[in-house]
Amino acid sequence: MDFNKESQMSCSWYAQIENRLLQLLWHLIHVTIDLCYFPLGIADVLESYLISWGLLGRYKSFNVTKLRYLAIVVDSEEVYRTSKIIKLLQWLEAVGIKHVCLYDNEGVLKKSKDFILEKLDGTILFWDAHENDVLSDRQHMTLEFVSFSDGKEAVVKAANVLFMKYSKSGATDQNQKDKIFTESQMSNTLITVGSGGPKPDLLLVYGPARCHLGFPAWRIPYTEIVHMGPLKSMNYGSLVKAIYKFTMVQPNYGKLFFDLHCCVCKH
Amino acid sequence: MEFLYKVVRFLIKCMFCVVSVGPIPSHIAFIMDGNRRFAKQRNMKVGAGHEAGYFALMSMLIHCSELGVKYVTAYAFSIDNFKRRTEEVECLVDLMTEKFESWCREDSIVNMFGIRVHFSGNLQLLSEPLRDAAKKLTAATVGNSRVFLTLCVAYTSTNEIVRAVEKSCEEKWAEDQESSVINLSDIEKRMYMVIAPDPDIIIRTSGENRLSNFLLWQSAGSCLVSTSAMWPEISFWHLIWAVLNFQRYQSLLKKKL
Repeated sequence: MDFNKESQMSCSWYAQIENRLLQLLWHLIHVTIDLCYFPLGIADVLESYLISWGLLGRYKSFNVTKLRYLAIVVDSEEVYRTSKIIKLLQWLEAVGIKHVCLYDNEGVLKKSKDFILEKLDGTILFWDAHENDVLSDRQHMTLEFVSFSDGKEAVVKAANVLFMKYSKSGATDQNQKDKIFTESQMSNTLITVGSGGPKPDLLLVYGPARCHLGFPAWRIPYTEIVHMGPLKSMNYGSLVKAIYKFTMVQPNYGKLFFDLHCCVCKH
Repeated sequence: MEFLYKVVRFLIKCMFCVVSVGPIPSHIAFIMDGNRRFAKQRNMKVGAGHEAGYFALMSMLIHCSELGVKYVTAYAFSIDNFKRRTEEVECLVDLMTEKFESWCREDSIVNMFGIRVHFSGNLQLLSEPLRDAAKKLTAATVGNSRVFLTLCVAYTSTNEIVRAVEKSCEEKWAEDQESSVINLSDIEKRMYMVIAPDPDIIIRTSGENRLSNFLLWQSAGSCLVSTSAMWPEISFWHLIWAVLNFQRYQSLLKKKL
């Protein structure tokens, strides 16, 4: 009995040592990763400053016309940094970006849209520009504000619109069903319910990780997604670098072309 | 050689033990990009690139199983891929049919590792032999429960969303014709991917930064990891790196809470 008890205690002791050792190794690995990221972070910051000061030739002027629609995703923790967001938009306008979509999950930016528009001279809402048919000839930027309600909730609204069409068709005719439930019908119905904006070419995420945080799924099938780090550490050089890299990418799409889905009518 | 293999396997297991101290993702998804470029770089036929991609998938499945990842999803064939050259599509279809049939055997790697296979996608778009092989494989592995493997074949997210809406409308109409209202849970439970939780990590190879119409609905909180290695080159280290970065992100979230 004593032998069994002693043997159990030894096993338990060995197990504890093993656990402690594994935990130590785990922390060591993560500290090593942090140490690896540190010089990379410094190099990124240095490069950003060189870009901002115009010392790196290739970033001085490049063609942004390929970037037709840009989306910015802001993490909910940082969405109240309105002054940072305004500065970011001013940088984008300086670079020559014409159409920007701002997204945060809770819709805080939507609620602040009047304040943001007021701070940016000449910037108007994308949908107002579209209705007035001035999208292509504007000197200043257009802005779109999007939140979670334009994603899954909008698909639910669109589903109910399609359900009404399906009910009216009598729900028995296969041909009618094949015409109602198509991707183009879904796209048009999303426009009808007020959530059918263009598909962004590039999506920049300002947050702790590279996650799109629920940006409307229907709009990002082939969108390039780039992580920019926290909004509080944003800098002009990194922004220019991300946009420059996008303009240099030669895509190998399964789909042959992008379509802007410039809409028939929002309301 | 065998000794070296055993040493490598031992070291991999040790690494898994260490990494398992932190949170392990329950669902990892893979966009298997780069088979053709891999073949082109090595002057191989495109079919050989896809064959190499198959072995990479097996390797990742085994590593995920050993690491304790419960759900694995792989983007095997997009609806967009039907637009590729006929010979390549036929080659891919033949490869998939052959592999799915071999996986049905009792002694197959899938049964040895307790992998249950499920298919997500519009299978009606597939040829009959491939569709039958897929159905047979789903039935043959239904008793396995160590890892749930979802193969997205004839899949795009936008198609998944439209098909889920269509099914919701059909079933609501059958229940209560006109007065029904479709809600979010009606659509979500009719998604192809309803059998798995949302992915914790999505890994894409070949250096691309797009989701290419993959799991758009399910990926709101997923860590998107991009590696420049082509799919047949993906290794244990890429997986470990993705999991370690996931653990860093989890610890950041915990600090905020």
